[in-house]
Amino acid sequence: MGKAQHAASGTAGDASPIQEAAAPDAQAPGRPQAGGSSGVLQQRAVGPDEAVQLLDEHGTLRHEDTFSPYIEALDPEVLRSFYRDMATVRRFDTEATALQRQGELALWVPVVGQEAAQIGSGRAMKPADYAFPTYREHGVALTRGLDLADLLKLFRGVSNGGWDPRETNFHLYTLVLAAQTLHAVGYAMGISRDIATDPETEPAAVVAYFGDGSSSEGDVHESMVFAASYDAPVVFFCQNNNWAISVPFEVQSKVPLVNRAGGYGIPGIRVDGNDVLAVYAVTQWALEHARNGHGPVLIEASTYRIGAHTTADDPTKYRMSEEEELWKTRDPLQRLETYLRASGLADDEFFEQVKGDGDELAGHVRRATLALGGADIRQKFATVYAEAHPLVAEELAWFENYEASFADADTNNSQIQGGAA
Amino acid sequence: MTAPNLFKLPDVGEGLLEAEIVSWKVKEGDTVAVNDVIVEIETAKSLVELPSPYAGVVAQLMVAEGETVDVGTPIIAIGPNAAQGPAAAEPAPDTRAAETPATSAVEEVEALKPLVGSGPKADAVKRRPRLAAASAGPAQAASPAAAPAPAAAAPAAAKAPGQEPASSIISKAAATANRMVARANRVLAKPPVRKAAKDLGINLSEVLATGLRGEVTKKDLLSYQDQRAAEQTAAGSFWTPAAGRGAAEDPRIERIKVKGVRKATAKAMVESAFTAPHVSIFVDVDASRTMEFVKRLKVSRDFEGIKVSPLLILAKAVIWAAARNPSVNATWTGDEILIKHFMNLGIAAATPRGLMVPNIKDAQDLSLKELAVALNELATTARAGKTAPADMQGGTLTVTNIGALGIDTGTPIINPGEVAIVAFGTIKQKPWVVDGEVVPRWVTTLGGSFDHRVVDGDLSARFMADVAAIMEEPALLLD
Repeated sequence: MGKAQHAASGTAGDASPIQEAAAPDAQAPGRPQAGGSSGVLQQRAVGPDEAVQLLDEHGTLRHEDTFSPYIEALDPEVLRSFYRDMATVRRFDTEATALQRQGELALWVPVVGQEAAQIGSGRAMKPADYAFPTYREHGVALTRGLDLADLLKLFRGVSNGGWDPRETNFHLYTLVLAAQTLHAVGYAMGISRDIATDPETEPAAVVAYFGDGSSSEGDVHESMVFAASYDAPVVFFCQNNNWAISVPFEVQSKVPLVNRAGGYGIPGIRVDGNDVLAVYAVTQWALEHARNGHGPVLIEASTYRIGAHTTADDPTKYRMSEEEELWKTRDPLQRLETYLRASGLADDEFFEQVKGDGDELAGHVRRATLALGGADIRQKFATVYAEAHPLVAEELAWFENYEASFADADTNNSQIQGGAA
Repeated sequence: MTAPNLFKLPDVGEGLLEAEIVSWKVKEGDTVAVNDVIVEIETAKSLVELPSPYAGVVAQLMVAEGETVDVGTPIIAIGPNAAQGPAAAEPAPDTRAAETPATSAVEEVEALKPLVGSGPKADAVKRRPRLAAASAGPAQAASPAAAPAPAAAAPAAAKAPGQEPASSIISKAAATANRMVARANRVLAKPPVRKAAKDLGINLSEVLATGLRGEVTKKDLLSYQDQRAAEQTAAGSFWTPAAGRGAAEDPRIERIKVKGVRKATAKAMVESAFTAPHVSIFVDVDASRTMEFVKRLKVSRDFEGIKVSPLLILAKAVIWAAARNPSVNATWTGDEILIKHFMNLGIAAATPRGLMVPNIKDAQDLSLKELAVALNELATTARAGKTAPADMQGGTLTVTNIGALGIDTGTPIINPGEVAIVAFGTIKQKPWVVDGEVVPRWVTTLGGSFDHRVVDGDLSARFMADVAAIMEEPALLLD
């Protein structure tokens, strides 16, 4: 068990100590008493109520020996910018959702509720570090310096990517669940080899983003095995937002995911994912650990998806609004605003300005999206292979015939059918 | 005056085609900003609030609450509000200014599509309208964009097979065709369903298939099993003890509503039996050579993958005999006898829906192999309960294969509109006298019923003798 996992457990504060947390499961009939005999596995080390937290939901700072120093070193301007980033991505998310509802995007993946997990982890990265996102890391994209309007190209169907990952070290969105964790480990192993070849190479680490749903996929297991075996400089950052579309977390795992780190022999940290300061601190710690050649770290950021899985999803069909209301009291923006105001680090003027800047960005995103035009399906055929291919030509011909067979063919050339005329 | 902006219903899910307007959050004359919620809609997936893509004054709500409309239908007209402000200073033009966009919106909408608000609720499932087959050709030819693409693809498609010698392509094509026929005859089912059927001892071909591609689904199998089990258990408890005396409604009498196929069959049979004076005749036949012929066909390469049965030879025999005795292939109209110079050969089939008599159109033109394929298709379709009404119309003569149920013979009732029907009894080994010696032979009994108004005794006898002759010596077909 790594140092960080000890630290994480130890910071439970008013939470119960490890042994008590493990006790209820240990009483299951027919199971050996955990810890009772030599060679019998301890059920788990980190309980479901334990997590590193530096700023609680009331906006009060909490001290933690390992991680507080990362925050104490920060300039007030940085703390304000954490808020600014979170508010910006939330405003952007609102605009993108509206654009989808207006027929300008085929789909949108809302991020509301997960801003702290994304801004905190993204801001902890250095320019040389590299992020492998899922399809929901709009906040991380912001911290990597992307023009957020570029994110919408994929969701409008006009691009297979939308940006050049080499410019910002922010990889393209991956819609295949968990596939990016393998890519991330491969990239991290490459960094190790670069350094081995040329010791002058700047040490860097990779952050592999994934969710609680992906954690059940084999790819994540393979990634962690390889990362651990090769001491790859990778931080597995799991945003456990409690819902894999309609499957609740309780179905994914009986214990907090962080405990899986123990199985791979790597450090694991469970953090309050709605506390941007704690996320920033633990990710800093993990990235340093990785960059310094100590191998991978697993971070489980406990958070909540306030909105729908995507705009094609209706969460009222599978979960109760009481749960959503409970998590709204743990809002990541609210607690930082409370703290900033209480400590005199920000005033009304600041928050007004953030709001104004957000509206301006939203306007930019709207204009940029409307200027993108419609998708051209032929372009999809043209990029299957580098060169012309008879099978693709045949399939394109079939598709053209099929499209031409509709009475309303003329009005349906674009994939986006409705929307603003 | 600038025309108002029209907001068309977007696809807010993934691939949804329509949505219901649940409630409007704005009314005509309201000022809205971009992203103000204007309407709540319900799709197949969820209730969704739509934000306005335009800023301005609501000129018109174009769809009533409760209506379901297609994606792409304009639902609201939002006019520019810039003109409204200054116009307020002048009361008279203001009224006009406020009304003009609304009116023009109505006109525009009417040009685009009839106003929604009446008519029945739309179907839950809709498909994009397809061009009529007739117009598809010219439409494509007229479209310069569509034309080059298929042309470009054609050489590409031709290229790949072109690398092989022509002969191999032909033999491959033939093999493929054979496989297709074999596949067409095989009952489709997924492996777990096959296994379950095997375990339950159910012949899959007896199960009504309702799968998308005509396959027997697990549900089909289970409902068949339920029915079978019910029938078997019901057999034990069929006889019900008397419940008491004097009951007006005896519970021991089960009432089955007569409907559908049962009703149609009853009507047709009554009509036939009581209008056409039936004459029935029977003949025993040594069908051993037919059995040998069938056996040879089964192993011949030409018939590979095709199900061959003695019914095929009988069908061919009936067609052959009808040509020699045309009056059996006729219709009685009262003042005329219509002799049909074509054979739409009806095959009586017990189906899940009841008795059906689909027919093979222009059976006289089919080769033995084509006839075999047609018989298989007819049986498969009928068993699946998918026989189309057109397949049952226009029959000219019918064969009923009662032998399949192990019956020797019977007096069949003529299918209305026809004058002859042949009953094909079971074929089994029986003692038969050949050259004064009793030998085991494959023997069957052919029965025929004829409408005496058209077919007299001698003609019916000649027809049956001709059919019997073929069954005894199929080689006569070569005649």
